[in-house]
Amino acid sequence: MKYEAVIGLEVHVQLKTKTKAFCGCVNEFGSKENTNICPVCLGLPGSLPVLNEKAYKMSMKVGLALDCVPRQCVKFDRKNYFYPDLPKNFQISQYDMPFAENGALDIYVNGQDKKIRIKRVHLEEDAGKLMHPEGESYSLVDFNRAGAPLLEIVSEPDMHSPDDAYQYLTDLKLIIQYLDISDCDMEKGSLRCDANISLRPEGQVKLGTKAELKNMNSFKAIKAALTYEIKRQEKILENKEPIAQETRLWDEEKEQTILMRSKEEAHDYRYFPEPDLPIFDLAGEEIQDIMDTLPELPKAKLGRFMGSYGFSQKDAAVIISSKGLADYFESCLKFFNAPKPVANWLAGPVFSEMNSRNISIVSLGLAPEHLAKLISRVEDGSISRLVAKDVLSVMLKTSQGPDAIIKDKGLQQVSGASELNKIIDEAIANNKKSVDDYLSGKENALMFLVGQVMKLSSGKANPKAVKDMMTERLKKC
Amino acid sequence: MRISKDDVKNIANLARLGLTDIEVESLQVQLEVILEYIDKLKKVDVSKTHALTNALYVKNVYRPDIPKASLDPSKVMPLSPAREGNFFKVPKIIE
Amino acid sequence: MKLNFLTAHELQGLLAAKKIEPVQILADIEERCRIVEPKIRAYARAPFFRKISSESRLQGELSGIPAVIKDNICSDGDLTECCSRILEGFRPPYDATVVEKLKGNGSFIMAKANMDEFAFGSSCETSCFYPTRNPWNTDHVPGGSSGGAAASVAADEAIFSLGSDTGGSIRQPAALCGVVGLKPTYGRVSRYGLIAFASSLDQIGPLTKDVRDNALLLKIISGHDEKDSTSADMPVPDYPALLEKDVRGMRVAIPREYFVEGMDPEIRQSLTEAKNKLGSLGVSFGEVSLPHTEYAVAVYYIIATAEASSNLARFDGVQYGLRNSEKTNSGQPPLISMYKETRGRGFGAEAKRRITLGTYVLSSGYYDAYYLRASKVRALIKDDFDKVFKEFDLILTPTSPTAAFKLGEKTNDPLNMYLSDIYTISANLAGIPAISLPCGLTKKGLPIGMQVLGKPFGEEDIFRLAYQYEQNTAWHKEKPKL
Repeated sequence: MKYEAVIGLEVHVQLKTKTKAFCGCVNEFGSKENTNICPVCLGLPGSLPVLNEKAYKMSMKVGLALDCVPRQCVKFDRKNYFYPDLPKNFQISQYDMPFAENGALDIYVNGQDKKIRIKRVHLEEDAGKLMHPEGESYSLVDFNRAGAPLLEIVSEPDMHSPDDAYQYLTDLKLIIQYLDISDCDMEKGSLRCDANISLRPEGQVKLGTKAELKNMNSFKAIKAALTYEIKRQEKILENKEPIAQETRLWDEEKEQTILMRSKEEAHDYRYFPEPDLPIFDLAGEEIQDIMDTLPELPKAKLGRFMGSYGFSQKDAAVIISSKGLADYFESCLKFFNAPKPVANWLAGPVFSEMNSRNISIVSLGLAPEHLAKLISRVEDGSISRLVAKDVLSVMLKTSQGPDAIIKDKGLQQVSGASELNKIIDEAIANNKKSVDDYLSGKENALMFLVGQVMKLSSGKANPKAVKDMMTERLKKC
Repeated sequence: MRISKDDVKNIANLARLGLTDIEVESLQVQLEVILEYIDKLKKVDVSKTHALTNALYVKNVYRPDIPKASLDPSKVMPLSPAREGNFFKVPKIIE
Repeated sequence: MKLNFLTAHELQGLLAAKKIEPVQILADIEERCRIVEPKIRAYARAPFFRKISSESRLQGELSGIPAVIKDNICSDGDLTECCSRILEGFRPPYDATVVEKLKGNGSFIMAKANMDEFAFGSSCETSCFYPTRNPWNTDHVPGGSSGGAAASVAADEAIFSLGSDTGGSIRQPAALCGVVGLKPTYGRVSRYGLIAFASSLDQIGPLTKDVRDNALLLKIISGHDEKDSTSADMPVPDYPALLEKDVRGMRVAIPREYFVEGMDPEIRQSLTEAKNKLGSLGVSFGEVSLPHTEYAVAVYYIIATAEASSNLARFDGVQYGLRNSEKTNSGQPPLISMYKETRGRGFGAEAKRRITLGTYVLSSGYYDAYYLRASKVRALIKDDFDKVFKEFDLILTPTSPTAAFKLGEKTNDPLNMYLSDIYTISANLAGIPAISLPCGLTKKGLPIGMQVLGKPFGEEDIFRLAYQYEQNTAWHKEKPKL
């Protein structure tokens, strides 16, 4: 029996506001325990929440970017349950009037276009952090994170493979980065993801029983966990046994999902409207204003780059893989309008520099004007590619422009006939054997001789010119 | 019967309220009376009414995303029944 | 005359004329306290009788005049326990906004007033410490939940106090103790620092010896607070300056549902006389109907307990207050045990009753039938008032169906106790302001209060009517024999 996996993802994104969702404490990762706290985020008796305007706007932006229908009238609700990391033993969240609903994300996986519907986007406050010292009978609570603004993005169960899930997450993360509203760093916990997965016989419409998967700390882990879970559920179904509705944790070491020693009863969250917050009622113009602040999103940029610059999907995807990089690319074009060479340089030497130092294009501190100039110097023959790479290294260390460096170090490519002829003659004189080899038919000997000229000229000779001139010269030998 | 002893026990569990058997019994009796009284609301025609739930005279209240001074842990930690350094200490959570 | 018997405005005059010093005020209060407090027990714990700092003498309208606040209003570093075991030892590390305003005007917190635990009650008998007694007859209750706040003012152990009102908790004890108590419009006064009972109903308000003091205090504690998302951004009128306006031509409504067959005859008599007095001052009256009045108590006990059950969830022994870590038999995880033991031992019977009821009405399957339905009837109750206020400026009713009852009389009958709030609850549900002021004494010498309700943010009209009534009668000059 062939089974189809049905997967839905719940992604939590921590917004990078300066302050928490409902109070003025700093929203920061890594501070000393219980130092970013106040009566509000501690839930001290008598404290009251006040909504962070930035968090509000960011939430609306995400909803709009995901093609959701934004809600004009938004409210908050209390989600009631007891847990030590929840200071008030309720969480301010949204139940029936969230920021946005009914959107979609188009992804392209394994050669196919798929539409993953977005069920809803809502804002809530994060809980504190719990620590469980090994072997002890107690746990420790740190409320620094309590009250941080969290955006929850819930998809419909429209994904059918771990690859779908991986691509969805990758595309979603890219959009969020473009909006600059979160660092999306799973290691720091600013992006978390839980998955719901069930299996059903191919062709069946009715959904199977789903398992909830938690504790996956990277996109890779999510893919692996889903892959494992599909196999696990398949085996059970093949044995004609029922799937239990349960919550399972991904064990990274053992590479399997394990049953969570469950919380006894199903949660009754007793949602009711948060009486300490008013209704939020945005006028149409305000929503339009937020819409107007949306940058060009990845999908649109990809299409435009393919169209305007003639890139393949693959190549365009590399350039738009970060908004910073895409913007930088277009800045370079202002100074030297040659999309393909610029793209090659960015995707090649610049990208590897960024990766090796693990920094962004902006942190690289390389002025677009300078890079553009450097590339133009290669294209117009002033310097060779090889030399250009050296110049780039110097540019990265100093803030000098390429022309200054080329002049200083005398790296100007040698193309002049008289100069080249001198070096060519020298090479011929020093390599009688190769000359003879070439004249007797060995074509490789030519390249060897060209190489010698490059060596003698410290790389400054224009290789193409050398090859042509060498060929001519050798005819006279 | 509107509310049984088991109902009371379940609710008490949801509310993390420790009740003795006597308390459960007397609560069941008292709540039964109160719930019967509350039932009079069923007579009201609410079909054309919206619920009144949130702040009556305000809407759209925000604060700017500007940091304010936090509390020093020394003002808060001494209030805690159990602590380890600047962590609150609670019985271990078993998952 | 000993200074403790005076009003704040009288003391202001004497202080300004340099006829007295702030230390004398405190000394007289202290002495009075020594005599009457053992009989009344208005205070939750021993009053502070702090040394007055030199700064507080210098600035503000309340310079040198001490304040008493209910034990559910946070003051930095002071024990604030809502008269509950579960908040044992809790000293908030911050001031409520109203406390900041009092301090900013030169006042200082002298004591915390006794109250029903977490404001759950109408008699001040559920305090974890002891019940407060009515200064007019110490076998009787002072009313609740701001029983201590009302009694301290009535007994002249305080100049003024701040209480909180969720379903009548300022007005009912004010009526039973013969003082003036106001519940402001919802959002008029900041709730930041008020330990919440029912967030959509709570308001802090003053309890005073006369209307002028009440107007003075309201002016000081009112105003928009950026820390309270439900506080209204409306200008604060100069209430004391507007007191003496003529009431001729004011239109007052008499709702028939508040004057039913079988109501206490002494209360009916008192209200009739009050109406006549106001009539003689040029006020015109009209009978109206507030048709959904009979549902108010039911609506209240769903919404208020639902919100309370959620607001009180935070009392769990983790960060502050009582923690009970004794192991019990249950075989439950230690954390759950801790929650249940702490809350089981920390809360009194009424608190448990309300938490249980509140959790029940929000629980799965019951939300629509109870909370949602009650919220809709609440809207209808508010509509009733909106309709009346189109034609009338104010509404006149009794505050309480009875004068002060005896201690222990209603403690075994929760529903009966809840029905004591029948006249006051609707104002909280509709979010409108209402005052109680003395308008008579029963044959047994217990105070009777009348309630005046106003339009949203219409406190100045309420004060105007109340002031004229007060100045043309002598009820506010009556004092209990202590």
